[in-house]
Amino acid sequence: MPIRSIKGALKVLVLVAIFFAGVWSQSSGIIDEFVWYLPDVKYLMVQHIWLTVMSGSLAILVAIPLGIVLSRPKMANVAESLMQVLNVGTTIPTLAVLALSMSFLGIGTVPAVFGLFVATLLPITRNTYTGLKGVNPALMEAAAGIGMSPMQRLFKVELPNALYVIFAGMRTALTINVGTVPLAFLIGAGGLGELIFTGIDLYDPVMMLSGAIPTALLAIVVDALIALVAFLLVPRGVNPSRA
Amino acid sequence: MIRLDNLTKVFDTQKGAVVAADHINMEVPEGEICILLGPSGCGKTTTLKMINRIVKPTAGKVFINGDDTTGLDTQTLRRNIGYVIQQIGLFPNMTIEENITIVPKLLGWDKAKYKARAREMMAMIALEPDAFLKRFPSELSGGQQQRIGVARALAADPPVMLMDEPFGAIDPINRAVIQDEFLKMQQELNKTIMFVSHDIDEAIKMGDRVAVFREGKLVQYSTPDDLLAAPKNAFVESFLGEDRALKRLNLVKVREIVTDEIATVVPSDTLETAMAKIDDYGYQNAILMVNERKQPVGIINRSVARTTKGYCRDHFQAVPAVVDLDDDLRKAASLMFAHDQTWLPCVNDEGTVCGQITQRAMTSHLGARYRARQGDDRKPSAAIKE
Amino acid sequence: MELFHFALDNAGLLLSRTIEHIALVGVAVGIAALTGVPIGIAITKNERVAQSVLYLASIIVTIPSIALFGIMIPVLSLIGHGIGYVPAVIAVLLYSQLPIIRNTYTAINNVNPALREAARGIGMSPNQRLRLVEIPLAVPVIMAGVRTAVVLNIGVMAIAAYIGAGGLGTFISRGISQSDPRQLIVGAIAVSLLAIIVDYSLLYLQKRLTPKGMSREAAAS
Repeated sequence: MPIRSIKGALKVLVLVAIFFAGVWSQSSGIIDEFVWYLPDVKYLMVQHIWLTVMSGSLAILVAIPLGIVLSRPKMANVAESLMQVLNVGTTIPTLAVLALSMSFLGIGTVPAVFGLFVATLLPITRNTYTGLKGVNPALMEAAAGIGMSPMQRLFKVELPNALYVIFAGMRTALTINVGTVPLAFLIGAGGLGELIFTGIDLYDPVMMLSGAIPTALLAIVVDALIALVAFLLVPRGVNPSRA
Repeated sequence: MIRLDNLTKVFDTQKGAVVAADHINMEVPEGEICILLGPSGCGKTTTLKMINRIVKPTAGKVFINGDDTTGLDTQTLRRNIGYVIQQIGLFPNMTIEENITIVPKLLGWDKAKYKARAREMMAMIALEPDAFLKRFPSELSGGQQQRIGVARALAADPPVMLMDEPFGAIDPINRAVIQDEFLKMQQELNKTIMFVSHDIDEAIKMGDRVAVFREGKLVQYSTPDDLLAAPKNAFVESFLGEDRALKRLNLVKVREIVTDEIATVVPSDTLETAMAKIDDYGYQNAILMVNERKQPVGIINRSVARTTKGYCRDHFQAVPAVVDLDDDLRKAASLMFAHDQTWLPCVNDEGTVCGQITQRAMTSHLGARYRARQGDDRKPSAAIKE
Repeated sequence: MELFHFALDNAGLLLSRTIEHIALVGVAVGIAALTGVPIGIAITKNERVAQSVLYLASIIVTIPSIALFGIMIPVLSLIGHGIGYVPAVIAVLLYSQLPIIRNTYTAINNVNPALREAARGIGMSPNQRLRLVEIPLAVPVIMAGVRTAVVLNIGVMAIAAYIGAGGLGTFISRGISQSDPRQLIVGAIAVSLLAIIVDYSLLYLQKRLTPKGMSREAAAS
């Protein structure tokens, strides 16, 4: 099999699919329907992004310091058992997290942001912790040996060397976050989920797609954006994607 | 100068307290390299790491240049001690330049000064600054990385350096090169250095003094030659190996045992004259022929001189080998074995003959210390202070 | 207490929903393993193809499940399966590909080259090598991929209740729409426990499937 042409074949397939989709959408007048939803999409998208930014930045602000504190040698006893709890926590489905958040905090933006915050917090904390714990002990000895203070060691040696792993955690967490925001609609927080779920209820395909496609694109963009930030921010010497 | 005063480390383990270093007393004079030698778990690394408090001493004191370091702040102490470890520990997130300048930066040097210092260090370790300063450690070979490791330790020009098996992870060929480079640097820098090794050959090559450790105790502390000539007990003896007398060959220069009494002939002498000189001096098989500037040009074999008539210039053979006054005995012995000779002519820097070295002189020089020791077994080893 | 009574009163329903949940995820991940493992093995032959396949699979995982449903329903409704378990199973199938393909690929690729050379040296054919050496050594890692896929998709299946796929998510969706905290909490706790228990059971299975001689190595990796 001429393996080299797989990518080419894929490209052709995608082009053909787009062509037929175009023909079909033109003939069925579906584009006009989409245009009709455009203002809604814009409004809900802003709301969607706001929910992500709100809960995501809160989670980062809490998770990274938490991961740092847990990785300190003094915390070794507490940290391992707490990480076990966090690991169990990450297996809990996001819908369940939101449902539990709603049952304690009621309906609206606050329980939604809180649920999203918890779902985002765990992977970032975990990666910060494992990233810092994974820094080569020889580096730590060298850093101590040349007379760096604990703070200098953290900021000049530990964090830069763990940064790639920390960013991987943020990438996973924020992608999950963007994908979970639609569910936040269910507990009354708005966002693109409104179009998807209402579309499902009304069985309106255009409405569904108006919500689903931007949601999917948003997730892909956020994922790529964080990958880009990581690429730029992680020092070249410890950045596998720039090796 | 580094002085350890009753330095002790006790580790608490599940199996009870383990004494890793037991009242270590020693002094390394300024500008000397002291090798801490011993099998693994003997306490040499613990002792080294107590000096910069990577391991916190249980008791005892460390003096640097006469000052007690006990009251000194840990970071200040460490910034004034160069530290090189086996795993190198270059920071992979920093460029070579950032790695080298990190200590000067911590000490608050200004930018122009530490930038210049980085280039100076690169010149010292013979790596091209423009090619390497902006690179990252992962882009360098192991040997290059350890050179940078040494440069980082030296960057702030600390009076004292600690090296924990610094060349242990480097392949044997590159290790020898780096050792030689380091010794050359040390001749100019004159640092006081403590150096952990488990390799007896490295210890003899690098050390001005060697401290042998066993089970947390300092067993013997002396110069390499004393160590090899007079091991203090059976443990040191077995650790040095049965070929320890051969190891001393490295330490003795031809200059020390050369005899300047050597008979020579010139090309215009007759073979009869040569034969007479051979007999007069009691040479067994040959005599050296030199030119008018006293440079060795050939040898006249005894058998030829006895049976043939004529001039030396027509009947000589090539000189099998000569040694330089600054060569070590190892090279001399090797040349003798290779050419099946019992003696070799010695030349000075101008290449003129200044004497000879014989197998007999070598063996008697090496043996003298052992014989002296057998005669006086209770001879106190001055270097050990109890 | 009230919750406990509610759970007891609805034990039968809870059980049947749980079984439904497990069955849907199990079947879908099972099928995914049947496609993912061969793909993972196949792509070890060509680095460039491997990178494109893994890239594609990672893009798919990035798409939020509810968005994927929203995109699939209009398409699937053309063949009359717009809602129900079909889109849910397809979604699970798609999401499972990345963990399974990626783990198979890395596991086979990471088999110690010395072992591979030894296998070649004693005269094994490429197929024998794969069957007798590479796959047995890769099984624990492949299992870890399956485990990731299952846990991920228990969550996806919970959301699929909204497109009529059944399962434990039904309690949550009804709990929200009927403002009934009992259903909501019982559903959320049930699905969380399911994920945790399945995670641990599969971890146990993964350890059991590890060839005895290499269990220490696997624990280290």
